[in-house]
Amino acid sequence: MNYFPLTDQDRKAMREVIGIKETRELFSDLPADPAYFPLDDLPPALAENRLLRDFQDILRKNTFPEYTSFLGAGAYDHFIPEVVNHLSSRGEFVTPYTPYQPEASQGSLQALFEYQTMLCMLTGLDIANSSLYDGGTAAAEAVLLAMRFSRNKKRCLVAENIHPEYRSIIETYLQNLDARIDTVPFSPETGKIKAEDLRDRMGEDVAGFLFQSPNFLGVIEDSQEISDIVHQFKKASSIQIVAEALSLPLLVPPAQGNVDIVAGEAQSFGLPLWYGGPYLGFMSTRKEYLRQLPGRIVGQTRDREGNPGYVLTLSTREQHIRREKATSNICTNQAWCALRAAIYLSTMGRRGLSRIARINHQNTAYFIREAEKLHRLKVRYRENIFNEVVLSAPPRSVDRLFDELKSRKILAGIKLAPFFPQLADSLLLNFTEKHTKEDIDRLIQALGGFHV
Amino acid sequence: MANCKFSKEHEWAKLEGDTATIGVSDYAQKELGDIVYVELPQVGDSFEKGETCSNIESVKAVNDVYTPLSGEVTQVNEDLEDQPELINQDALGKGWIFKLKITKPGEADDLMTRDEYDEYLKGIAEE
Amino acid sequence: MFKIPRLLFEKSRPGKTGYSFASPLPDDPPLLIEGDRVRQDIPDFPELSEVEIVRHYTNLSILNHSVDRGFYPLGSCTMKYNPKLNEKIAGMAELSAHPYTPADLVQGNLTLMHQLTGWLTALTGLPHYTLSPAAGAHGEFLGIMMIRKYLESRGDPRQIILMPDSAHGTNPASAHFAGYRIKEIPSNADGIIDINTLKQNLGPEVAALMVTNPNTLGIFEKHVREISRALHENGSLLYMDGANMNAFLGILRPADCGVDVLHLNLHKTFSTPHGGGGPGSGPIGVSEKLAEFLPQPRLISGPEGFGFDPGGDQSVGRIKNFYGNYLVMVKALVYLKSLGRENIRQVAEDAVLNANYLRARLKEILRLPYPSKTLHEVVFTDKGLPVSTLHIAKRLLDYNMHPFTMYFPLIVQGAMMIEPTETESRETLDEFVEALQAILTEAGKNPEIIETAPHRTPVKKLDETLAARQPVLKWQRNPES
Repeated sequence: MNYFPLTDQDRKAMREVIGIKETRELFSDLPADPAYFPLDDLPPALAENRLLRDFQDILRKNTFPEYTSFLGAGAYDHFIPEVVNHLSSRGEFVTPYTPYQPEASQGSLQALFEYQTMLCMLTGLDIANSSLYDGGTAAAEAVLLAMRFSRNKKRCLVAENIHPEYRSIIETYLQNLDARIDTVPFSPETGKIKAEDLRDRMGEDVAGFLFQSPNFLGVIEDSQEISDIVHQFKKASSIQIVAEALSLPLLVPPAQGNVDIVAGEAQSFGLPLWYGGPYLGFMSTRKEYLRQLPGRIVGQTRDREGNPGYVLTLSTREQHIRREKATSNICTNQAWCALRAAIYLSTMGRRGLSRIARINHQNTAYFIREAEKLHRLKVRYRENIFNEVVLSAPPRSVDRLFDELKSRKILAGIKLAPFFPQLADSLLLNFTEKHTKEDIDRLIQALGGFHV
Repeated sequence: MANCKFSKEHEWAKLEGDTATIGVSDYAQKELGDIVYVELPQVGDSFEKGETCSNIESVKAVNDVYTPLSGEVTQVNEDLEDQPELINQDALGKGWIFKLKITKPGEADDLMTRDEYDEYLKGIAEE
Repeated sequence: MFKIPRLLFEKSRPGKTGYSFASPLPDDPPLLIEGDRVRQDIPDFPELSEVEIVRHYTNLSILNHSVDRGFYPLGSCTMKYNPKLNEKIAGMAELSAHPYTPADLVQGNLTLMHQLTGWLTALTGLPHYTLSPAAGAHGEFLGIMMIRKYLESRGDPRQIILMPDSAHGTNPASAHFAGYRIKEIPSNADGIIDINTLKQNLGPEVAALMVTNPNTLGIFEKHVREISRALHENGSLLYMDGANMNAFLGILRPADCGVDVLHLNLHKTFSTPHGGGGPGSGPIGVSEKLAEFLPQPRLISGPEGFGFDPGGDQSVGRIKNFYGNYLVMVKALVYLKSLGRENIRQVAEDAVLNANYLRARLKEILRLPYPSKTLHEVVFTDKGLPVSTLHIAKRLLDYNMHPFTMYFPLIVQGAMMIEPTETESRETLDEFVEALQAILTEAGKNPEIIETAPHRTPVKKLDETLAARQPVLKWQRNPES
């Protein structure tokens, strides 16, 4: 491979046109002393064949492919039809810039318009943007959106049982603004938020309540009840966060729970695990929030000859125009990931999506039923879950349980102790459509063989 | 438009007793380009002179509108919700934005008359 | 010539399906979810066969201009060629682990992150890096927050961030979200920050100066070392927006110019693809004194290999899920290793040569707003031309070339910001010059064809006012009137 099309002859001719003898003359404004620093610390170039070997050698140190993983918690291993890779890797989709010249970007723009439409069909709400960085930053942007919409109320309530990383990111985003968050606790008995805990904390100064459903513990919250409490206060927003987007096709749309903003992570729509990124933040809301919505939005319009076409619209709210009064500083987002999601959603389609979501749940339900055989281990929340379960072990044994399963090449989810002391003896496991019956049986067997 | 006075930020105020009708000048609408949306204040809002009370969105920018007088909002021009282009078409007439019950009548003296505003605009053009 | 595909929803037919998946369980067991919580259907959701999906997206793709298709001289975007080997290696299944996989099982992945930070430190001189930010703007936000935390630890976070009037829009937006007010410093007649103007604006309330170097005019901020000294004497810090690193990568290290905090754009300088609007990656490098404020989690090295440390009390916190846009990091590392020490300088030298060649040829037909030397990009103004920047840009699309960046920086009237990058041949540059010459000649004889351009694109000039006045942001079967 060679990424320098200029030949020495070209360079010489071009220098003559410019009127210089050496290219270095063009750098004469740079401070002479630190310029042209020694490059000895850098390794030598690797040609294409050597490069491939080099990376293969390094990646041999990754032993995770030998393990059966039940890891979830905000990143999910789903089946991706081959067309998603094939179509999204076309150079015409991979190599353009943000579609600022819409006449030469209709491919990307129409695909994003279709993506926005499909997201709205899944959430049941009026509008959606074309991407944010990830679920955590989408949650932070949702809090900021609610605050703007509420005409600058300064406080937002956040459920305790949301993804801990999302919580962390919201705190970081708010730390230097005139705003604060207060926590609504969850009940370890049910895994959910209790209505009275929310009611006690709502007030006139609260811009909204952010909760996750299905929540971090895998349990589906009572969003209608939550929204009713929130809406007793003027201009307060009910915000639902979704970390496992594949729950959307199986459950009633969030709009039915009367939520105002739905935001979260759409990695489950056609993005591999990729060691954590790039993923796909999403946000969908009511049309009243349109002018405050962060991120890029694609709109339909007509051209000079009356043909339909698509453009980035409402961009005056964005950083490149509104600058310090912008709704967000986001510029480059995750558009190519949104394209992959669009291809995934359209390929799986109306029936495929429902079916795959159902299979996720059924595999999880299979585990829950089989886990009844395990005497010392208990699934805490057995109903109204989607595809994650909390498995509790006898006191002080969870570390050994995890390690023993790991020694049998099984990754039994994540430990909850660092995040929820109330559930310190528990693991959070995820089941997707990719797990076979044999995988789950092996897990049950390994769990059954664990001696306290 | 005898009672029409102008601010340096290109707003106009037309006074009738203690009610002022407020809008942006023709120069402002030309600078903004095609207006696509107007965020109106709410009836009952109170503003001090110079505070941001509204903003106007065009295809290329969003601009804040600063009230040239202090007072309480008594009426807003709801036609602008569906027809923001009224400001482009008739900035000093049908494009009015809101009405205020003014609290400090003396402030009107600090604003420019039509002629003074036209002079001011000439000065800007020469910069 | 180009057929615009109808929408997926218009092609959808009930009963069609594009997927194939065998259920892992032999039966269809009941759900453990209350009946009224289960969705019955997703009305109007697309139903198409695989071949229709492939045709739909293939036909959409050919409507796009792209770097793979032709010249893309967008200033400040560094639209260089995206190496295909980067894609192949990043696509290897052996690195696609779940982010919560225990560290001992992913030492390969962590080694790659470590190697990338090593390269970035060697090229910029800043000893500590975080790869978490998802984009340049995300990095800016983080960097300013770290500056705030540093100053807070010394007793006073201060209130103002200074920046030149040529700054990119993300700079003031990011500073605002970090809780600062902005003060703009006017550029001088050379198009750069004047050291005396800066000193006049320095006071106890100034936390930092955000500077892009070279700036958005392509001009090297040659007073940068004096500026950093003045800032440091004032107890302030210097933030450098590294979007334009392509101008001196491997030739000058920002740390040697007194920079305390720097963000890089892997999707610009480091060849990772733009993807039509991301994903990108905006690593932040900091000097020693800011190391303790780096975000969570931090990559660390121990006796058992690499791992993640949640960060100490002084960390600004977390700004991104997991570790950052991992795949983008891998692509950047492949690129750097393919260049090696032998070729790393060629990037800036050819980029600057290409830009200056265009400048020399184009200044015969376009006006320069500032006489100063420019590096990897050059800005012209449309002052004195018979047609506007917008019209020229739209007509360029008819020549199968993406236009330059328009109307930025704001301090130049009708700005045309041109950045060819090092991955363009001389032939392409000559074609670009000829296209501009033809357009300007045409403007004299037949301005109407330019004012109504583009003519050869899949759609003609789109009505952006209509899109903003009557927003239609999704398809609906029965749109409300």
